[in-house]
Amino acid sequence: MDILIQNLLNALQWGSFYALIALGYTLVYGVLLLINFAHGDIFMVGAYIAFFVATALLGFLDFAPWMVLALTVPLTMILTAGVGVTLERIAYRPLRRKGAHRLYVVITALMCGLILENGNLALLGASRKKFPELLDKVIYTFGNVSVTNLKIIVIFAAIAVFLLLQFIVTKTKIGMAMRGISYDKFAIPLMGIPIDNVIVFTFVLGSGMAGLAGLLFAMSYPILEPYMGALIGWKAFIAAVVGGIGDIRGAFIGGFLLGFIEVGVVALFPSTFRDLFAFSILLVILWIKPTGLFGVAKTTKI
Amino acid sequence: MKKMIIRSLLALMVLGLALIIVSGCSKKEEKIKIGFNIPLTGDIPKVGEASKNAAEMLLADINAQGGLEVGGKKVPLEFFYEDNESKAESAVNVALKLIEQDGVVAIIGPNSSKQAVPAGGTCNDNRTPMVSPWSTNPDTTKNRPWVFRAAFLDPFQGPVAVNFATKQFKAKTSAVLFDISNDYSKGLAEIFKEVFEKKNGKKSIVAFESHGTKDQDFSAQLTKIINSNPDFIFVPDNYNQVALIVKQARDLGYKGPFMGSDAWGSAELMKLCGDDCKGQFFSTHYAAAGAKGATKEFIDRYEAKYGETPDDVAALTWDATRLVLQAIQDAGSYSSDLKTERKAIRDALSSIKEFAGITGSMKFDSQGDPIKCAVVVRIDENGNFVFAESVCP
Repeated sequence: MDILIQNLLNALQWGSFYALIALGYTLVYGVLLLINFAHGDIFMVGAYIAFFVATALLGFLDFAPWMVLALTVPLTMILTAGVGVTLERIAYRPLRRKGAHRLYVVITALMCGLILENGNLALLGASRKKFPELLDKVIYTFGNVSVTNLKIIVIFAAIAVFLLLQFIVTKTKIGMAMRGISYDKFAIPLMGIPIDNVIVFTFVLGSGMAGLAGLLFAMSYPILEPYMGALIGWKAFIAAVVGGIGDIRGAFIGGFLLGFIEVGVVALFPSTFRDLFAFSILLVILWIKPTGLFGVAKTTKI
Repeated sequence: MKKMIIRSLLALMVLGLALIIVSGCSKKEEKIKIGFNIPLTGDIPKVGEASKNAAEMLLADINAQGGLEVGGKKVPLEFFYEDNESKAESAVNVALKLIEQDGVVAIIGPNSSKQAVPAGGTCNDNRTPMVSPWSTNPDTTKNRPWVFRAAFLDPFQGPVAVNFATKQFKAKTSAVLFDISNDYSKGLAEIFKEVFEKKNGKKSIVAFESHGTKDQDFSAQLTKIINSNPDFIFVPDNYNQVALIVKQARDLGYKGPFMGSDAWGSAELMKLCGDDCKGQFFSTHYAAAGAKGATKEFIDRYEAKYGETPDDVAALTWDATRLVLQAIQDAGSYSSDLKTERKAIRDALSSIKEFAGITGSMKFDSQGDPIKCAVVVRIDENGNFVFAESVCP
């Protein structure tokens, strides 16, 4: 029983990162029908930005760790959102203006991801960075179950972000505009809705969440390297597809589902089976429901 | 317009080719070329950096005297550093490039067994002597007359770890967490399991868990391990993974000790791991603290030059390179014909019976493996690696 609860907690933490990244994929896809393959690397950039912000605040300004944390969260989110918007401006918007096919935009996104990875490698070198400890670690133990305060924060952050995005998309005006663009990109400007602004806002939201995920990831697994976003980004993308890409609930559930399957497989079998089993299960889900758990075929997404 | 673009592209290509050919042929001066097949990027970049630092130091030393003295003539050295990205397949490509394009007479590296085992096969097939500084997996040199090494073997290191841990922690049970896609980690874990079970009974390894190279979350494996309640956890893993594993085990409420292997011994371990690793033990090739003689001299010069204590990889690279230089001198005369020279170096290497390296003196067995002492090191409160015990075969 203890093992079960412990593994549930482990899976919730691991799934939170997938969910947070999958939310970014799903938002951009929902609005633009574009799979932003650079998103995993935006997450990596977020982790590095958090690292530089935190070390700068700790080193030059000599703040207390909790103050650093309070400042790092918004700063990281804003700066990472800036990176996402920059990508949109220099890579995706010109293509969109020229009316390029979606395929070319997806390939551009792949290239942007590789540029971010290798740019990081060239600028900062291959050696690992250690993320400073911003939180006094507290370990709560109940019988054989241990949980750190950080783990709880990560899980709650994922849930809070999901609720916030769900609220923005379904209850606010800009959310309505986002859904409108997804429905008909050509009619929406005729209604006087500034399509570019809405798209930029989408990138701000998605990349901001990736920045938050990067910060929380760096706090949980405090070793940063240039390729850290690649694999987790791919897996989160798959999680988003299984959940039904374009749907916010889908990304959230899909992320946690993948986390649960991965941790569950390792808990029961040798770890070599992890990815084999995890992705076989996801494949079966897609066989049964090709649009993903919450996906709806060819209508409004998001 | 289109034609012009195509023409200029063609012209560029021809120019490029010409450049390659010219630069390939322009070197007339005779030099001893030695290749380094090391991980400058990838999972363990610090290992490659330390290797390169040590090699650069040796190169500067010898070339300052006008070169290596072979049979009364001084021949300058030239080192080629190639990055194998900590990948097995890249290590093979790098070995081929060094052998075929750069025309080196011998190769130092790869360091990690994961790369050294496949690259060793390539060097052996291409009849080029290779000396791995750091690889401890027996397969690297097994039945490969052209491959040598400067480090002890895992069948020796495994029992050292078992004996030390049993004595130090009074352990009756143990758990193992290793990287299944890494020849080094997997091989050592299996040897450890075998020796520990022979000593403490069939059920004494209470958990034997694995993970992948790119993994960052080990909580599921560690939950299993902690629940089986071992006396200590054996982690034969690279330093970057150790930092995550130890921290996550503590987060999951594990309070017992860890025992590590020589892959812990990087200068970067303490930077990444911090307080969590203090007080732990690992077996390694040498301990910098309290060194004497030539070893001390090497450590001091390295510290002065690079601002950090040389780790075992740096020391072993120094020894491995000096082994090759020794072999070149032993061969008597330097021949500019690659095939003859490679053969001469191999023969000289295999006839070296004893060598006084800075990681201790080594005797070589018929397989090309050194027989040398291992050291167990404790990480003290200040994060220094302090000598705890020395075990000789």
